[in-house]
Amino acid sequence: MGMVPFSSVVSDHGPTVLRVCRAMLEPTEADDAWSETFLAALRAYPDLARDANVAGWLVTIARNKCTDMIRRRNRAAIPVADGLDTVATDDRPHTPDAELRRALATLSDRQQTAVIAHHVAGMPYAEVATLLGTTPAAARRSAADGIAKLRATYREDAPE
Amino acid sequence: MTPTGTPSRDGQQNPSTENVLSTVFAPTTSGASYLNALTTELAARADRDGLLGVAFRYLDSPFGQLLVAATEVGVVRLAFASEDHDVVLNELADTVSPRILEFPRRTDDASRQLDEYFARRRRAFDLPVDLRLVRGFRRDVVSHLTKIPYGTTSSYGELAAAVGNPRAVRAVGSACAHNPVPLIVPCHRVVRSDGTIGDYLGGTETKRSLLALEAA
Repeated sequence: MGMVPFSSVVSDHGPTVLRVCRAMLEPTEADDAWSETFLAALRAYPDLARDANVAGWLVTIARNKCTDMIRRRNRAAIPVADGLDTVATDDRPHTPDAELRRALATLSDRQQTAVIAHHVAGMPYAEVATLLGTTPAAARRSAADGIAKLRATYREDAPE
Repeated sequence: MTPTGTPSRDGQQNPSTENVLSTVFAPTTSGASYLNALTTELAARADRDGLLGVAFRYLDSPFGQLLVAATEVGVVRLAFASEDHDVVLNELADTVSPRILEFPRRTDDASRQLDEYFARRRRAFDLPVDLRLVRGFRRDVVSHLTKIPYGTTSSYGELAAAVGNPRAVRAVGSACAHNPVPLIVPCHRVVRSDGTIGDYLGGTETKRSLLALEAA
């Protein structure tokens, strides 16, 4: 079987990638990350293995692009005393989704991948496991740990 | 009646994180048109960065919807609706490049000239054509087709003689049937030597209409 035209990749996975980007970034930045993701994917597409999990591949690229953008934004921001608090320099209004995005950024790499791949992108744990190089049970655990931490952080950070 | 599903607003109990995840992270503005706008922008950037192997567009015509596809060299494929356009795109992914996106701008010129042709305001196409999908003898035949003037016809036998292989009538017929850029490369101007119209990828009826259009 041959390669699927990239136009189909975009129409099949565009909404999922946008959801991932929106989970990590505010909407305007998310649009940029979406474009960066598909541009990078288009560049690499001819070399993608025919049996690759395209959704997983795109989620990984999207997460990397979003992480890059967060880093770039934080570098551009005025450094704060403890060097960790990215919230202090962020004077955008505190909306619930902004709070949740901040909470998401505090998760470990594995937890974040698991939460985004399963809860945001809707990938089954078997596929999340392949993405993490682990077993489905371990992937499920990572997602559960991530959600537990999100719940705790989100509650802590929530205004009022 | 007390609503049961509403999250508590007392500040002590937060709504379930999962609920927030699914509601907050579900893009509300990402309807089809929003994603279409993002996709259009993506195609333009891909084109600028030299990453767009094949750009395509759909074009309405008196003969149904056409698919017009172009590489950076020129128009590489034109398909009638009778060919499944999704199948054609899949073939292009295999034979030309999988880096395919809908990007009408690249075929603006081709579309304008086709519109003019259908309106009888154009007799010859002045367009770069990419014939990479045809090789060898078929390429000779297809290249020769552009020499048949508007409003005239040639027979498969005459065409075979013209390309220097008078016995290859059948092969010429096959080359015409596999012309990747019909209309622009006018294979519809080749008819049977007995005067009957012969087959056409866009249908015999379309071929008859095209010849009538040019004869008017």
